[in-house]
Amino acid sequence: MGFDVLFKGTNFIRLLAGLGVALKISLISVAISIPLGIVLGMIMTTKNVVVKAITRLYLEIVRIMPQMVLLFIVFFGATRALGINLSAESASIIVFSFWGTAEMSDLVRGALTGIPVIQYESSFALGLSPLQTYLYVIIPQIVRRMIPLSINLITRMIKTTSLVMMIGIVEVLKVGQQIIEANRKSSPNAAFGVFATVFLLYFLACYPISCLSKYLEKKWEN
Amino acid sequence: MDPNVLSSYLPLYVQAFLLTVKIGWIGIIIALLIGVIVAFIIHFNVPVLKPIAKAYVELFRNTPLLVQLFFIYFGLPKIGITVSAEVCGAVGLGLLGGSYMAESFRSGLDAVPVSQSESALALGMSKAQLFGNVILPQAFSISTPAIVANVIFLLKETSVFSAISLMDLMFTAKDLIGLYYNTTECLVLLVVFYIVMLVPVSILGSVLEKKTRYKMFGV
Repeated sequence: MGFDVLFKGTNFIRLLAGLGVALKISLISVAISIPLGIVLGMIMTTKNVVVKAITRLYLEIVRIMPQMVLLFIVFFGATRALGINLSAESASIIVFSFWGTAEMSDLVRGALTGIPVIQYESSFALGLSPLQTYLYVIIPQIVRRMIPLSINLITRMIKTTSLVMMIGIVEVLKVGQQIIEANRKSSPNAAFGVFATVFLLYFLACYPISCLSKYLEKKWEN
Repeated sequence: MDPNVLSSYLPLYVQAFLLTVKIGWIGIIIALLIGVIVAFIIHFNVPVLKPIAKAYVELFRNTPLLVQLFFIYFGLPKIGITVSAEVCGAVGLGLLGGSYMAESFRSGLDAVPVSQSESALALGMSKAQLFGNVILPQAFSISTPAIVANVIFLLKETSVFSAISLMDLMFTAKDLIGLYYNTTECLVLLVVFYIVMLVPVSILGSVLEKKTRYKMFGV
């Protein structure tokens, strides 16, 4: 079945290192997306028409364009059009942060506008100051809605980073291909074993995070 | 940007566009079918099948399409299952989408309050009437926004097909850039064709969401 290849030499360690590259890119992008998304989400709740139109356009671009197309535009297009020489890794971090920020800001906007006005009115009626209202009433509710969704964003980011092999980053799929190529003579069936392992590795990376997100969502439901 | 270059590439892009749309929509139809079946299995606690359905949903929701396609296209032939790139694309997209659609349908079914089915039974409706006239319409209207979002997500995911050398939009763009280095023209056409593919779906989706929202009962 071709699983034997994995235990030859350092092959399995190399696969894990490849997964590490993908995880590193996704975690850096999430770390950039979350703060930027929170700020943008707050900006999006303003009533200013121009700001609304611009942010709406940004969200629609991200919603419509496949991440792979954005990746190609930044990696090949920017190099050509602006004469900048971007490394594949920085190009992918730029694209995934661009995408993640849009996703995050939409979640923040949803959470902010989802708080009923009655919450503000009740806290004012109870004599809380605006600062107290935000600190003790609004923010705790938003955080409870946001945390499961942000954790969900991490798993989506990890899944999306599998695309970076298309612009030449050596991550887990690429390492898998290299292993298959190198052992083509000695184990011709390596493709099954290696890709099944990559499949499983991604599952093992994402499943615990999804479970955590689901657990928190259930726990904080009310 | 050179208009001559644009017009000379146009037929290639149109061809790729048609292929992408075709395989994308076949994949989406497979996804809807799998989604409905799996959602029913999970919602109605069908013995034996339920754990399998749950495992399928978790496995495919937590892995990227690219990895799934590589496994189906390069891995499965080694144990005797060979599929063409087109079948692999449609089936891969269908399997990925099925797991997402199943979650959307199931949350719709779960969201219909118990009082609805109790009231329907109290009014003397049969099980079939209860299901066809009361539960399904409400469940459908609750899950429509999620289904529309999934359809757009799946159409975007078709860009991954280029990795298994299916001649889709992404593959064509990559190929032409590699051959002639007209990067700007190739990327502009790529963006235009994705807009043509996705904007109508996005607009139709929001119309559909509005249409089905009126059918909501009670809320």
